[in-house]
Amino acid sequence: MMSTYYAGLLADIGILLIGTLSVYVILATGQLSLGNAGFMGIGSYIASFLTVEWHWPLTVALVISALAASMIGIIVGFPALRLKGIYLAIATLGFGEMVRSFFLNFDRMGGSSGYHGMQHISLAYIWLWAAGIFLIVTILERSQLWLELRAVHDDETAAGLVGLNTTHIKVGAFGFGAAIAAIAGGLFAHHYVYIEPGNFGFERSIDFVLAVILGGSTVGAGAVVGAGLLILLPEWLRFLADWRLAAFGVLLILVLLLRRQGILDRPLLAKLTFRSGAW
Amino acid sequence: MVTAAKNGAALTLSGVHKNFGGIRALSDVSITVPEGRIVGVIGPNGAGKTTLFNVITGAFHADSGSIVTAEQIITRWPPHRIARAGIARTFQNIRLFSSMTVWEHLLVAQPRQGASLRNLMPIRWANPEAARRAEDALSFFGLEPYRTAIARTLPYGIQRKVEMARALTSDPKLLLLDEPVAGMNYDEAEDLRALLVGLNQRGLSILLIEHDMTFVMSLCHEIYVLDFGAVIAEGSPNKVRNDPVVLDAYLGAEGAC
Amino acid sequence: MLLQQLVNGLTLGAVYTLIALAFSLVMGILSVLNLAIGELFMLGGYIGFAVIAMHFPLPVALAAGMAGAAILSVVIQKVAYEPLRDAPLVTPMLSTLGFSIILQNVVTNVWGSDPLQLPSEMFDNRVALGSVDIGVMQLVVVGATVALVAIVAYIVQQTSVGRALRAVAESREVARLLGVSVNRVTLVAFLISGLLAGAAGVLISLHYAAITPYIGVDIGLKAIAVMVIGGTTRVFGALIAGPLIGIVEVFTIAYGGSQIRDLVVYGLMILILLLRPQGLLGGSRQDVGPRV
Ligand SMILES: Nc1ncnc2c1ncn2[C@@H]1O[C@H](COP(=O)(O)OP(=O)(O)O)[C@@H](O)[C@H]1O
Ligand SMILES: [Mg+2]
Repeated sequence: MMSTYYAGLLADIGILLIGTLSVYVILATGQLSLGNAGFMGIGSYIASFLTVEWHWPLTVALVISALAASMIGIIVGFPALRLKGIYLAIATLGFGEMVRSFFLNFDRMGGSSGYHGMQHISLAYIWLWAAGIFLIVTILERSQLWLELRAVHDDETAAGLVGLNTTHIKVGAFGFGAAIAAIAGGLFAHHYVYIEPGNFGFERSIDFVLAVILGGSTVGAGAVVGAGLLILLPEWLRFLADWRLAAFGVLLILVLLLRRQGILDRPLLAKLTFRSGAW
Repeated sequence: MVTAAKNGAALTLSGVHKNFGGIRALSDVSITVPEGRIVGVIGPNGAGKTTLFNVITGAFHADSGSIVTAEQIITRWPPHRIARAGIARTFQNIRLFSSMTVWEHLLVAQPRQGASLRNLMPIRWANPEAARRAEDALSFFGLEPYRTAIARTLPYGIQRKVEMARALTSDPKLLLLDEPVAGMNYDEAEDLRALLVGLNQRGLSILLIEHDMTFVMSLCHEIYVLDFGAVIAEGSPNKVRNDPVVLDAYLGAEGAC
Repeated sequence: MLLQQLVNGLTLGAVYTLIALAFSLVMGILSVLNLAIGELFMLGGYIGFAVIAMHFPLPVALAAGMAGAAILSVVIQKVAYEPLRDAPLVTPMLSTLGFSIILQNVVTNVWGSDPLQLPSEMFDNRVALGSVDIGVMQLVVVGATVALVAIVAYIVQQTSVGRALRAVAESREVARLLGVSVNRVTLVAFLISGLLAGAAGVLISLHYAAITPYIGVDIGLKAIAVMVIGGTTRVFGALIAGPLIGIVEVFTIAYGGSQIRDLVVYGLMILILLLRPQGLLGGSRQDVGPRV
């Protein structure tokens, strides 16, 4: 029997992995989202509402919340087309903060005092979703569509000129990323069985981005490494007691300085999986 | 009112203008590329040749005038639609995708197979047709040794080939080449010439910007001369070669060649 | 009552202005979001507190807080930004986040996570102007802010350092061709940015007579909104936008419930980004397409 301590960590990793993948698919088009905790919050509240108030099965509630969030993702994605680089990142940051303060004011779902009543889910259920989404992303990474995402990432103008509909690709990525983040939110709500708007603030969004970049933003497997590290590293540093966060900060800076492309990248992954790089 | 001409022209520009701030990059440009022909565009640096390509491919929209293919009016279309309508291009400053291997470049521009689920599946087994086309392009351009190399890390001449191969994998009816022999030696240029003649014989129309006079004169059926954004001469290579206006504006400025 | 709110909003806005300028010096010139600025601000506050506790006068506290934050800002530039300056913009942003984590942890360990408080009588002198009751510290905050913004504006607009800053903001390449040392300019930008963040920290913490290690988190994010609303390329943009946001905030708290204020502030920020990306005061955008 696994100790509850490790079970808790594994659950956190599973949820963070999903959130990380939600940033990964958006970043694959070159768009940096600092607001994915907003989509997570939306998914979290919708799924909780459906299971608690309407007694829907959780899986259905998750799918519905993902669809709703992806709709919002698409709505966010269109104006985002007008913005590039750091300005897009700042706008998504603003979106995330708006969602957070929306739920702070949304008394129907508890407002600032939070919302509860959800049924606790098993670790296996969380990882079923995490593994499923990871598998989907891994398959997608080898598809024609993903090549198109990467083309937009590398050179948006050239991508358009060789025949790719950059609008669809960028907005679609936002919609897909939002759906994934919403799943992370629904699982979070039913793991902790209590949510409050502060769970879905800027720090959560930045955690997702951090995990993507630490793990390696060019391969989906990087999200696994990043999510694992982000949860486990502070635990491994516990022996430093009060100084562990500082040590974490130092390690973070060191990894970025020594391996700016993240721990995993395409060449390393190819080596690890004994593939020639051709496919 | 402009209608799509059924006159057998792969591309017709009529009265196209394009300004950048105060600079008149194109003024009243009318050009026709008959189907199955190789048409050249020459002119001094800054004449507006690249801008012409940008306006045709939708990178910028023309301020006025019309651009028409054999079937459609494409003047205000977005770039991707124009590309999908059968107009592919290369760039004067090579623009390859920085993260992609040569092989990936030969897949990325291929038209999707409808909206089917196949586009979401691994190409290798969901879309062997696309892989075969990429394979063809690879061997056609002799790029097999570079299959898994990141294209941007390869020698200049190879990069040019990758760019051209990428353009051709989108199955165009008209190919726009912006100074394709720049930086090539004589042998490479000769290879390219043979290759273009071959493509042309298979029915591809070509619009070509080039500084190398021998190359243009020996390859093109027809030549337009641009100077300060305006067409100052047009006609067969022979006619253009002997046009005093051209000698004056272009050859005079560049030194005879 | 109304006037009182206005004065309170103005005080808060002054602090926003300073931090927003700290952000925009780095962001406008290097397109990098320095996520440690909130913590530089916090650190400035603690240093100011410590100096006041040693019974030094306020100007000394201000200078010490500014110097401390500026030194750290330069360290951040050397360690977290400079080696990563050709990396995608998210990478240096996260390395500055690393510094913000470190700073928060160190300050918590040194000064504790509970709020530090000054004896309340210390800066509690108030003057009555008609019906409005103004704390002397509020006057100091606003006065110091105006003075600092004026100095920064002078540096950016009138000095050769400022010309170099603006040249690099326009285009790194062109600046280099003009013989501007991009490295030095970057250093100056981080230096001034740190000075401003430190000043803001000292001023606000003495005004509230209290400080916690987490004070930088919320105000830092809000200051990003202020920077965007004012425009990243104009020094005076922040001088308008700071008080504007401060006053909007104070009024939404007073009349619309305290929670609605973030919705308003960030909503405004997004609107500005979409409709007027150059900010309220920014010049016109150049009408040039991308080079193909
Ligand atoms: N995106 C642009 N913005 C502003 N001016 C441009 C742009 N593209 C081209 N120009 C200007 O238009 C003119 C024609 O340029 P170009 O078409 O590149 O000439 P060519 O390819 O014949 O050498 C030049 O004066 C150039 O500076
Ligand atoms: Mg050109």
